[in-house]
Amino acid sequence: MSTSIQQRNTGTGPHDAPPERRGDGKLPRWAPWACFAAALALAFLLGALTSSNIVLLVIYTVVLGTIAVYVISRVVEGHRRATDRLVTCLVVTAFGIAMVPLVSLAYEVIRRGAERFDGEFFGASLQGVIGEGGGAYHAIMGTLIITLLTTAISVPIGLMTAIYLVEYGSGRLKRSITFFVDVMTGIPSIVAGLFAYALFVIFFGPGIRLGIMGAVALSVLMIPVVVRSAEEVLKLVPNELREASYALGVPKWRTILKVVIPTAIAGLGTGVTLAIARVIGETAPLLVTVGITNGTNLNPFEGRMATLPVYAFYQLTQPGVPPQNAIDRAWTAALILIMLVMGLNVVARVISRVFAPKTSR
Amino acid sequence: MAKRIEVSDLDIYYGKFLAVQGVNVSIEPRSITALIGPSGCGKSTFLRALNRMHEVIPGARVEGKVVMDGQDLYGPDSDPVTVRRHIGMVFQRPNPFPTMSISDNVAAGMRLNAKRMSKSDTDDLVERSLRGANLWEEVKDRLDRPGSSLSGGQQQRLCIARAIAVEPDVLLMDEPCSALDPISTLAIEDLMTELKEKFTIVIVTHNMQQAARVSEQTGFFNLNGVGQPGRLIEFNPTEKIFSNPDEKATEDYISGRFG
Repeated sequence: MSTSIQQRNTGTGPHDAPPERRGDGKLPRWAPWACFAAALALAFLLGALTSSNIVLLVIYTVVLGTIAVYVISRVVEGHRRATDRLVTCLVVTAFGIAMVPLVSLAYEVIRRGAERFDGEFFGASLQGVIGEGGGAYHAIMGTLIITLLTTAISVPIGLMTAIYLVEYGSGRLKRSITFFVDVMTGIPSIVAGLFAYALFVIFFGPGIRLGIMGAVALSVLMIPVVVRSAEEVLKLVPNELREASYALGVPKWRTILKVVIPTAIAGLGTGVTLAIARVIGETAPLLVTVGITNGTNLNPFEGRMATLPVYAFYQLTQPGVPPQNAIDRAWTAALILIMLVMGLNVVARVISRVFAPKTSR
Repeated sequence: MAKRIEVSDLDIYYGKFLAVQGVNVSIEPRSITALIGPSGCGKSTFLRALNRMHEVIPGARVEGKVVMDGQDLYGPDSDPVTVRRHIGMVFQRPNPFPTMSISDNVAAGMRLNAKRMSKSDTDDLVERSLRGANLWEEVKDRLDRPGSSLSGGQQQRLCIARAIAVEPDVLLMDEPCSALDPISTLAIEDLMTELKEKFTIVIVTHNMQQAARVSEQTGFFNLNGVGQPGRLIEFNPTEKIFSNPDEKATEDYISGRFG
């Protein structure tokens, strides 16, 4: 048995062609790092000769290092491995480029936002504040209230639409709903704001500003996201489970309520949380529907409310004199907004972990 | 209570496509009826038509009569949900509910229908059904573990326990052993032999030895060609089918010469 395999292997296989001219060797593990170190040194030299600057330095290093790795590998290891190393370098570079804005954004927001990240910021509003001090209590509460209202409007509508599409819908109606949900996904957020404004102007006259208007505007943006994610998740529930339930003489609506939704609950929770995260930072629709106020207003059915994104916008564009205090407040508001979104993402992960069907052995 | 099923002139459609044509058969109570035949000949489709599971598929419909105990299952006053409560089903792949524990799975028929039951009644039902499915001894210490923690054969017996817990009159089994190893298969075949004391059992199988081992009556389905509807070629006592069938097609299929 083994001899026959050996015989076959020593046959005409391309791998066993006479010793290759070159490219049989293997680079040591440190070789690519050495290449990049050399490239860095060379880049310093280039930088010293021409005008030096950190961006140029990095670009020189990456380009020179990649070329060096490729050439050396091509000589020592051959064509195939050299290509592999070249692509590895390109992929890592692309990853690095993608990380630049993320890291720099997080760094900048944390650095500037930390300035006013204090008790007063969470405890006080801007009522009567000129210059120093003041906080965003009213804006934080406003964002939370409006987002809660948005969720209360969007989740039932979105979930029921998704259930209709997956469990009941067929034919033309299903196709057109899917189509319009797709269209809704693409609505620019300012259009959603104008829509809500126009809607409420019919009943309350021009110039109306209410928290609930903002919730309606954000719902227009959130519903399609909920529908889409819930639809995908419900589709993943195996048909066998539905059939198993039907075969026990369980009506369809009970099957959906007691089998399909519990099986999909983890995905549904994640989808809803991510949809909330998407709308919580919307500025434009809130600008035209909710407006801004300096005092605390916790009643979404009465008058203007402050929200974090609009708060940051006004603090930055109309800072007053001296401007620095307001600009600091804007950065801290941005930081809190990012933290809210991050918190929601963590919640989404926890939900999917906790509610996932238990398959442990 | 086991009941007789009379099927007359049953045509089964998927949309415009006629999948099974002209089935006339009488299924005896308290016995096992096996359905054999090549893939795609409509055995499973026919089986699903017996408890109105067929119409769950969009566009699927049935013409003809299926009468159980004098009641036409496809009559205008017949509710598919009620039909399925009387005619249970076990599927090819074990499909316990992943969100439920073992005991919840067994009690699923009651629980999903929101039948109020006391704790002790539920426990009794769970134990009785699991004993009925020969699974009690293996799982009695871990009833609150998820159903998916069991092995494939155990899961299938769990599904049988779930099906008999609602106390149906008839039990339909769609290739219940095709995903199982020989030992689990044997366990389920023994179980079927016990269950036929109380239920009417109809089983679809690709395994002719299995049909010969467990069933009293055997039906042979076949189709003339691709795109043609499947038909019930022969329906006879199992012994006769396997020793001296009336039809040549049956003999060819059973002896491995077909086509």
